[in-house]
Amino acid sequence: MNINTGKSINLKHIFFQSLGVAFLGAVLGSLLIGFKLQSRGISLELDWRLSQVLAVAFFVFLGRFCLGLQQIKLGLLSIFVTIAVCAYMITAILLSVQTPESSKAGNHLLLPYSDMKLNWMTSVIYLGLFLYLIYRFFKKRTVLDSRIQNKKWKFRLNKNIQMILIIAFLLLLISAPFLQIIDRRILNILTQILLYIVLGWGLSIVVGLAGLLDLGYVAFYAVGAYAYALLSLHFDFSFWLSLPLAGLLAAALGIILGFPVLRLRGDYLAIVTLGFGEIIRMVLVNWYEFTGGPNGINQIPKPALFGYLFDEPKGNGNTVSEWLGIEYSSETFYIFMYLLVLSMAFGVFWFIRKLRRLPIGRAWEAIREDEIACRALGLNPTNIKLTAFATGAMIAGFAGAFFAAYQGFISPESFTFVESITILAIVVLGGMGNLFGIALAAILLIFMLELRDLEMFRMLALGVLQVFVMIWRPHGLISRRSPTVYRLMSTKGVS
Amino acid sequence: MGYFLEQLINGLSLGSIYGLIAIGYTMVYGIIGMVNFAHGEVFMIGAFHAVIAYLVLQALGITLLPVALIIVLVVTIFLTSAYGWTIEKIAYRPLRGSFRLAPLISAIGMSVLLQNYVQLLQEARPKSVPSLIQGNISLIESEDFSVSISYLRLFIIIATVVLMVFFTMLITKTALGRSQRACEQDMKMATLLGINVDRVISLTFVIGASLAAVAGLMFMLFYGVVDFYMGFIAGVKAFSAAVLGGIGSLPGAMLGGILLGVIESLFSAYFSVEYKDLAAFSVLVLVLIFRPTGLLGKPEVEKV
Repeated sequence: MNINTGKSINLKHIFFQSLGVAFLGAVLGSLLIGFKLQSRGISLELDWRLSQVLAVAFFVFLGRFCLGLQQIKLGLLSIFVTIAVCAYMITAILLSVQTPESSKAGNHLLLPYSDMKLNWMTSVIYLGLFLYLIYRFFKKRTVLDSRIQNKKWKFRLNKNIQMILIIAFLLLLISAPFLQIIDRRILNILTQILLYIVLGWGLSIVVGLAGLLDLGYVAFYAVGAYAYALLSLHFDFSFWLSLPLAGLLAAALGIILGFPVLRLRGDYLAIVTLGFGEIIRMVLVNWYEFTGGPNGINQIPKPALFGYLFDEPKGNGNTVSEWLGIEYSSETFYIFMYLLVLSMAFGVFWFIRKLRRLPIGRAWEAIREDEIACRALGLNPTNIKLTAFATGAMIAGFAGAFFAAYQGFISPESFTFVESITILAIVVLGGMGNLFGIALAAILLIFMLELRDLEMFRMLALGVLQVFVMIWRPHGLISRRSPTVYRLMSTKGVS
Repeated sequence: MGYFLEQLINGLSLGSIYGLIAIGYTMVYGIIGMVNFAHGEVFMIGAFHAVIAYLVLQALGITLLPVALIIVLVVTIFLTSAYGWTIEKIAYRPLRGSFRLAPLISAIGMSVLLQNYVQLLQEARPKSVPSLIQGNISLIESEDFSVSISYLRLFIIIATVVLMVFFTMLITKTALGRSQRACEQDMKMATLLGINVDRVISLTFVIGASLAAVAGLMFMLFYGVVDFYMGFIAGVKAFSAAVLGGIGSLPGAMLGGILLGVIESLFSAYFSVEYKDLAAFSVLVLVLIFRPTGLLGKPEVEKV
């Protein structure tokens, strides 16, 4: 940054710059960090915590200073400083957590903040800083070598071995629920992950392929889920009949919503879908007679397998356990649902892969790359965007129906803005349309979300991640996806 | 009739708040062509700053209301515009010239980040603030009905008018306003003519954030409750107001805000309070269908 301005960077310069950043940090935090609002009864009171502002300013200063040191080839020193701060913070936190209540006051003096969350946050930020500095330190060393050799590290396996590995992985996925180590809890997480992967893939059509920002994707998921629940409860529709209806309903809603908006600049879509997601949630909460309000819908019928039910056998031979001749257990249903969701995931995977090679898929990517050029070539941008939006919505609708069938209970709680952001984060992290990257990102994020202790931080982390990924690697943290046409051209040419 | 007039006044003051937020959206959109999703959160931070600043002043013993309000106003504007400046610097400036979706995703990330930052520091529970400005004057007294306007609403409306006059002067008369309009028209040309575009964009964010801060203060006075989630719905509504008035047009944003406020308060008075957010959203969709350029906006010409 400073190299461009031509100023010589020296210690003094870095010092004053860090001082400036620290001052900014103190200004930003002065009221929000320095004071805490406490509702006591009807009156509102303040806790004074001004020392925290000083601590924030100090840590911001130190962090910025370390970054500056790295610029003037004192990287090793800054690495030591950051790891020292990190180690100090974590020991202090652990000490104050472990000591009993009575002697806590003494150990709390070691900690810079009285608010525990800030202590944690500072240590995590410094850990990140430490990793970044190490990365920079070693990158500088290796950059010359790699330039000379000009060799990219590529992981390519023999085609046959690749095939065998893929088949083995698929077999593992299919047989997973029958393994001994997989219990109900793990199976539940696996099913959740699969659902998120499918949602991520669906959204990747909209965001990754067509380049439209959909911030209310979860609304279509909700529509699918409620469609199945209501159809099966009120009209006795079976799961297999409701499933296509749920998808179609979500797609139709996508078209209705997308039609007025997609004619216009892309940014409008983002805010309209943002509002739409909130509206759907509001309708679900307030339309008590129809949707059950905040309590949601209970006792959604389980899907049947060829007309056989997953119920306890009553002797009339219409349950799955009697049909297959196995002992009845509630586990069977969850295994069945896992396999069902897995097969849907395969279906969606295959569908998107095929779609990308079809003219419509290429048109999506073309629209993303250059809309004006597309219009000049005679493509109709509105229709192309609309198909992408509706296809994404349809996949969310299917996933919603599966979700409702799997849980047996749905409520507006499951369809909040947070969910939309999580799915978007999966797509952004995974690399905007790269199916494997998205699957990997979904696994990572869902495991992160499963860590209950970090509940307070996870949304914060999602926000930070999205900003950083956009700045640092805008085409996805895990992988990137170039338009499919390029790939085809390099292998067999475009017909 | 009396009820209607009261709702109208209610809508006017609510609309003033929306209008002030909408100006931030419309200015940023006009100059760099992106929707600043984090703007609703800036408004929320403004409201929190106002509450805390007021309570600090009370603790320090400054209880005379006009003095306290002015100090709160100044402090809130200063601190909140620091947030606006920082957001632009961190999340948007590095992305100028990146692909189209990048600043939008960064903006939504920033919005989530700020929401949860405030939630972490100040807890999720809504904080109710005692009403500070009380009393009202009656406008019309007749046998059938009486209409009164509270000092609070009067304060909001007058403050908005004063701000708007000041702001219009700033844009039309000063050098800053001129360079801002220049950047809006053609950023490259403005750079060639020696305008520091980075500085102008930063100042745009600062102005937007300070107007949002005033809106936050007013919202705090008006509803008497703040929580970390309030910026979300207010942001969507203010954006709808900006679109209704014609995005990129400053008087349009104010007009759209006032119209939207009036529509919303009439809707909740005569139809349903639960679905009042739906009214704002329907306005947005209807405008996009029938008049995408808004009431005062110019049609957008896309150039290669």
